[in-house]
Formats: sequence, C-alpha cells, structure tokens
Amino acid sequence: MSTLAGLLALLLHMALMLATAPLLIGLARKAKARMVGREGPPIVQPWRDIARLLRKQPVVADSTSWLFRAAPTVSLAATLAAAALVPSFALGMLSGDASDLLVLAGLLALGRAALALAGMDTGTSFGGIGASREMTFAVVAEPALLLVIYTLALLAGTTNLDSIVNLIASGVLGLRISMAMALVAACLVAIAECGRVPVDNPATHLELTMVHEAMVLEYSGRHLALIELTAALRLLVWTSLILVIFAPFGIAPRPAEGGAWIALLWVRGLLAWGAKVTVLGLILAAFETTRAKLRVFRVPELLGAALLLGFLAAILLFVSQGFAAELPISGGLG
Amino acid sequence: MSATLLQGLVLVMTLQLVAAPIVAVRMPRWGFLASFFACATGAIIQLIYLFIGAPHAELVVPFGLAGQATVLSIDGLSGLFMLLVMLAGSAASLALLDDHGHPIPTAPAVPVFIGAMMLCLLAADAFALVVGFEAMSVSSFVLVISQHRDPHVRAAGRLYIGMAVWSGLCLIAAVALLAPHGASFAAMRAAPPSRMVGWVVLVLALLGPGSKAGLVPLHVWLPPAHAAAPAPVSALMSGAMTKVALYVLIRLVFDLVGPGHAMWWGLPLIGLGIASALLGALRANMEGDIKTVLACSTIENVGLVAIGLGIALAARGADLAALSSLAAGAALLHTMAHGGFKTLLFLASGAIQYGAGSRAFNALGGLIKRMPITAGVMLLAGASLAGLPPTPGFASEWMLFQSVLGAVRLGGLALQVISVVLAATLALATALAAAAAVRLIGVALLGRPRSQGAAEAHEAGPPLRWAMLLSALGVVLVGLFPGVMLWFAGPAMAVIVHGTMLDRIGYLGFATTTDAPGYAPLFILLVLALAVVAIWSVLRKWAVPGHRAAPLWDCGFGAPPPWQPYGDTLAQYSATSFAQPLRRVLGTTLLGASDVVDMPRPGDTRPATIIVHMADPVDAWLLAPLARARQFISRLTDRLHFITVRQALTMMVLLLVGLLMFIAAVEQL
Repeated sequence: MSTLAGLLALLLHMALMLATAPLLIGLARKAKARMVGREGPPIVQPWRDIARLLRKQPVVADSTSWLFRAAPTVSLAATLAAAALVPSFALGMLSGDASDLLVLAGLLALGRAALALAGMDTGTSFGGIGASREMTFAVVAEPALLLVIYTLALLAGTTNLDSIVNLIASGVLGLRISMAMALVAACLVAIAECGRVPVDNPATHLELTMVHEAMVLEYSGRHLALIELTAALRLLVWTSLILVIFAPFGIAPRPAEGGAWIALLWVRGLLAWGAKVTVLGLILAAFETTRAKLRVFRVPELLGAALLLGFLAAILLFVSQGFAAELPISGGLG
Repeated sequence: MSATLLQGLVLVMTLQLVAAPIVAVRMPRWGFLASFFACATGAIIQLIYLFIGAPHAELVVPFGLAGQATVLSIDGLSGLFMLLVMLAGSAASLALLDDHGHPIPTAPAVPVFIGAMMLCLLAADAFALVVGFEAMSVSSFVLVISQHRDPHVRAAGRLYIGMAVWSGLCLIAAVALLAPHGASFAAMRAAPPSRMVGWVVLVLALLGPGSKAGLVPLHVWLPPAHAAAPAPVSALMSGAMTKVALYVLIRLVFDLVGPGHAMWWGLPLIGLGIASALLGALRANMEGDIKTVLACSTIENVGLVAIGLGIALAARGADLAALSSLAAGAALLHTMAHGGFKTLLFLASGAIQYGAGSRAFNALGGLIKRMPITAGVMLLAGASLAGLPPTPGFASEWMLFQSVLGAVRLGGLALQVISVVLAATLALATALAAAAAVRLIGVALLGRPRSQGAAEAHEAGPPLRWAMLLSALGVVLVGLFPGVMLWFAGPAMAVIVHGTMLDRIGYLGFATTTDAPGYAPLFILLVLALAVVAIWSVLRKWAVPGHRAAPLWDCGFGAPPPWQPYGDTLAQYSATSFAQPLRRVLGTTLLGASDVVDMPRPGDTRPATIIVHMADPVDAWLLAPLARARQFISRLTDRLHFITVRQALTMMVLLLVGLLMFIAAVEQL
C-alpha cells in the first residue's frame, strides 16, 4: 500500500515538476517585466516557445558528431532523474531511498558535462568559451555545495534527502545559525548552477557575457526545446531543493505515517508548495531586477563567499554547545 | 585449494619472469601473447581465490639469500591487488600485440615488469619484497627509456631512475627497521616495533613506496615518465604499478608495523592525500599532452586513495570499526576503479597517438567521427574520471565522502576542522577532474580537426580495440556492481582494518550504516534509461523528425586557408584557452601561472602571441635546492682531485684515527 502510494506520489510529482518548470521561468520573466514597467509576455510563453521549437526541424552544423545531437537528451534525462529525487509536496516517494544529495549533485554534474561537451563539439569559439566558463564555475561552486551537504548531513546523520527533510520537518533540529548560513550558501550555488543574474544572464545574447547561452548557441529546433526545458527544470529542482530543506512546512509526511488522510495531506502539500515556489520566483525576479551581471572573473569571488559560509556553517556546528552529545551520526558509524 | 592456487600464481609469475622474456627477445609478439595468456590465467585463478574467501596460503621456495629460503604467500589484501595487476597486465599485453610498425626495442622487459609486480605482491619476506620492488623499478625504467633517442625521454628516464633509487632505499631502510628478529613477515608481525621505530617506518613508507605511488611531494617523476613510455606500458605503470606501490605502503603501515598506534598516524597520509589530490587535479587541467594529463590525474586519484587510507588508519587507531572499514573500503574501491578506467584511458591515448599521429591537444580534434570505438570507451572512462553517476568513479567518491563525514567522530575540534577541509578538498578535486575530463574529451575527440593527422585519423587495430573493450567491460561491471567489488575486497579489509563491511553491502549497492539507504547505481541507471526512453517517445510523437545539415555559423571568419583543408584551427577553442579561466582563478596561486601576452597594435600585421608560464611548486621548493646541493657537494669533492700527496696521506691518517676513536666510543656505550 505504502509502495503504491509512493509510486503515485512520484508520478504526480514528476508531472507537476515538468508542467510547472517553464511556468516558473514565465513567472519570473513576467514579474521582472512588470517591475521595470513593461507588460511582459504571458506566463505560459515558455511553454509556447517549447511547443513552437518542437515543430521546427533542427539545423545541425555539419562538423558536429552524434554527441551533439544526443547531448540535449542526456542532459534532460539527468535533470529529470535529479527532479525525481527532490521531494516537492510529499515525503516518502518511491524514489525516497535513492534521494541521496551526493547522487543529486552527481546527476546535475552529468547534465552539465553533457552540454559542455556539446559546446566543445560545435568547433566554434563560442561553444568553447561557454563550456570552459561553465566548468570553471562548477569548480568553484561544487565545494560550496558539498559543504552545504556536509552541514546538513552532520545535522541529520545521513546524506539521504528524504530522511533529512523528514527530520527537519519534524522540528527536532530547531532553528540554527548554521542552517541560515547554509541557506545563503545554497542560494549562491543555486544562482550559479542555474545561470541566473548576477552569475549569468539567461536573456543575453551579447557574446562576451554569455556563459550557458554561448555553450548552446548552435542548437535549434527540438534540440533547443529540450535544452530550454532542461534549464527550466534545473531552476525548479534547485528551487524545490532549497524550499524543501529550509522551508519544509506544509509538506505531506510519508504515506505510512500519513494514514488514511494522506490524500488530503497531499492536497495541502501541493498548495503549500505552489505558494512557496511562487513566492521564491517573485523574490528571484526582484533580486535579478536590482542586480547587474558580474564580470566573469568576479564570479569565483561570489562563490568563494558561498564556500566561506559553508565552512562557517560546519565549524559553527562543531563549536556550538552540546553538539557532540546529540551527534546523530554516532548511531551508525560508532 | 588456496595452496594450489598460490602454486598456480607462482607458475604464472615464473612464466612472466623467465619464459616470456626469453621468447620476447626474438619474437616480441609471441612474448606478449604468452604474457597475455599468463595474465588471463592469473586473473581467473585470482577470481577463484577471492571467490572462495581468500584464505591465507604460504609457499616456501628454495631461492634467495644464501642459506635461507624465500617465503611467498597470498592473502586477501595481496589477492585483491593481484586481481588488478592481472587484469591490467592482460589488457596491456593484448594491446602490445599491435605494434603499429614501431616495435618496442625493450620488449622482454614487459613480462618481467608484470612478473616483478607479482613478486612484490606475493612476497612474504623482506628479501622477496625488496627484490620484487627493485625489479619492478628497473624493468619499468627500461621500458620508459625505450625511445631513448628523444632527449625528453632521456630526461624523463633520469628523473625516474633517480626517484626509483630513492624509493628503493627508503623501502630497504623501512624493512630493515622492521626485521631485527627475522626477515619474514611472520617474524615481523610477531615482534612489532616500538612506537618510535613505527613512526620512522611510516615516514619511510610515505617517502619510498609513497613516491612510487605518486604522492606529493615526490610525484614529479610521474608525468614525464608516463608520457615517455609506450602507451600500454603507461597503462601498466598508472593502472597497476602505482597500486602495487600503494599495496607496499599498506602492507608496511597497516600490517607489519602492528596494530598499536595512535589516531594521529593517519594525519600524514591525509595531508599528503589532500596535497596530491589538489595539485594533480589542477595540473591535469593545464598540461598540453594527453598522457601528461592522464598522469597528473593519476596523482590526484592516488591522493584520494591516500585520504581514504588515512581516515581508515586514524579510525582504526580510535577503535571506530565501522568507520575504518568504510574508509578502507572507499580506498580499495577507488583503487580498483581507478586501475580500471586509467588503464582504459592510457590504452586509448595509445590508439590516438598511432591513429592520429600525435598526443598533443593542439594537433587533435574531431576524432570521434573517425575513431568511434576509442571515443566511446574514452567517454565512459572520462565520465568515471569526472566522478559522474553511475560510473565506478562516483561510487568510490561517494564512499569517500561518507567516510569524511564519519571522520568528525574521531574527536577534537582540530580533527573536525580537518574533516571539513577534506570535504571541500574532495569536492574541489572532483570538480577539477570533471573539468579536466571535459577538456580531454572536448579538445581531443570533439570539434574540428586541428592537423592533417587528426583529419585522417584511423581506428585502432583489433588487439588494441579488444583490449579497450574488455577494460571497458570491467569498468562498467565495477560501476554497476560496486557491492560485489566490495565483497571481493572484504578479506583485504579484514587484513588492514580487522573488520569488513559485509553487513552493509548487497548485490545492488552499499550503505554507510546497516539501516540507512545507501547508493544503488543500477537504480540510477534505470531512472536515466527510463527518462531517455520517455524523451524519445515524446519527441517521436510530438516533434518534427530528422535534421538538416548546414555549415557552421562562423561569425565573420572567412573560408579556411588552402593549407588547412579541414578548417581554420585558430577559430576553435584550444586546450590552452579552455584552461585559461582555471589558470587565472587557481593556477596563479598554486602553480605560479602567468600569461605573457604580446598583442600587436591595430594595423600591425605580426601575429599576436600568448606564452604561458607555470611550474609545479615541488620543482622550485625541492628539486631546485636538491640540484644546487648536488652542485655544491660536487664542487667540494672536486677539490680532493687537486691535493698534494702529503695532504692526501695526512687526511687518510686523520680519517683512520677518527674512525678508531668512533669505534672506541661506540664500544664504550
């Protein structure tokens, strides 16, 4: 019964993630436009773009190989797999046991590597510059991300996201300064990983400032549709990840614990998740409107700040009183 | 049963040390064929041995020092490494069958090299261990200088033999300290050394076998030597020899020194591991030759193994059984994973060297179309190098991160801070390795060709192709069934940390604790496959099929010049330009990198140039002072050549008197 409910939750979750990912992009664009006094495109515009691109036959440079055509599929598949691991409205999805934070980071890295290789495969300078910068940003972002994971894993005693969220949602951890620092660090990493202002500008087509856009410049048609969907999905995965860890209120418990009212709890979880994502999307739009894009070589400094916050978050845990006594990890690794 | 298997292995070793080299003197290919069949037999014996639970077996052979027999033995630890050596040995021997018209002049050294590594692993007394280690050094040196007409190769060979002599000296000193009551390992275990002596042995093990494994600061021989040797030999050196050196280190520090040591013994290993991982991974992003890049990545991966071993040693000292077995398992799994994918990558580098005529990034590009099999296996091995799920590289790094997390339990704030630094280091090294893998594959295999050779590249011949495909199969199996690999490593863990993690592994994966969900690569592969199928079916239903080919958007560049029919190479990102952001962000501080740009003014027609300077910090801090010291000493001794007879006689008398006084003083003590 619990397995069936888990499967149902997973299917519902995947449909939800896929359907709302372009809408979140649309929401952010609309809000940004309104904040600077423009009308802006409708919120469903990214979906329309994807549908339009699917109807167009891709033009592929004749110097590219099969890898260039396969990369968008691999990248989207990796991001979809990552999306399956991050709980949105309910805990205890069928993928709960596999929802390891390190696996999540690995899957996102897989998607990134596939697109970087595709950028190199075009044989143009743009593809190369985008791939090179994307991998460089990853080099500085990854340590900060791993330190955030480290802090969470220390608090919860595991790197399993489902268990971490379960513990945080139950409230036993209380409020911690470490969590606040980890939140800021996670947000900075998310901005870099999703290629948003001030790290990268998804709307730019000025060559010297492009990172992600330069990498995928040669794509068109259904390939570009997949890439747009991947970018949108990655933003939603990061949004969901930050929400589910740092603001898990409203999330439905595991089916085994929810009992007969699980369907009702799911509806509550769905509503809460929708509201939280909307708020975070508006905050993102406001943040991007007030910021200018950083120079490429200032980005490592920004991510260095994230790394420092991650360090502080972990070390603060060690020096905070009584941590050693309640170290949950002792149960397993003693 | 295990005694029979050991006899079989000794037979294989004898074949490699005696029969195959004799055949190879006249008929290299038959020698390699013999070596291949011997290694394949050895691998099967080894699989059976590990399958029956790796019981300890011993064999006394009537060779060795005068009046003493030599003891050979096998247990779980040497058995696991033996499996790796046998697999890498068969892949390399198979690859060598295709000499591409350039036969290796020193062919008999190849089976000797494999046999010497086997002797090193089978040795159960100091004599056999030292003989095996030195034979391994000498035979690989002979192979490194096989293209000795090239001055770079000679320089690499000189550095290599210098380092090999040094590590041999350290090893001899270490076993001499351990063997006051007898040279056999059993005698050493029966009389463990005092704490002080044990500490000296640890330092010697890190400087001797550690240098052979490629640990900072004595890693400098590794990149030039790997670049100089023929590709299958580099595959053996990186995939097997560095692991044998690690085995010697483990045998000395974990086994022979005895169980009584403090927790902080793990710290030197962890420290050197951090330095190796970072320096190796960063240099792997900067070098311009495929094999040098792979060698630098070997330094990184040996560093990761050392970190795992360090945590295991510290945890064993602190009596944390679960953590020590987890960390030891991570180190062993990474050893096996790296042995597999690095062998594969070096074999592929050989295929590229012969297929495209060069190993330099600036002469490659677009090989994926003309060398599909080489490109396919390199993609697989590159993903493993980059630590992407569900490859074996990810599995071992997952375990390593979990043991770093567990290391906070070791105690004190200082160790906890070290654990945080370790977590960041691991992430940085992994991300750097991913960047290096993208650069390696992106520049060498993808894009447009950068030279005539790359434009006309051809796929490797059948032997090399099969060697690569078989290694790739091994990498896939370890990646998808890391639990089975850990089960094979169980007896090895029992030797080094006196515990296994059998309670935490299954066919599908493994976990950090018995009740926690762990890592299951097959599940990840299943989800990825499902996602790909879903995307394909959606595209089939909704999207317009097919695609239209068109020329590349060249953004204002003209047609390619007539002497470059494959396209203008300057309009494509090169390996140097790919590395530029990282060079600027990390290279300036760690490698002292600097760019000298010569940009002509508008209207000036001379070409713009950029010259990149960088150096390994060890060159400046260790090698340069050593060279100066040598110069100083040689100048001092040079004076002796010009003294008069009277001075010489006086000096001899004084020396004699001094020696007698020294002996008298020692007698008095």
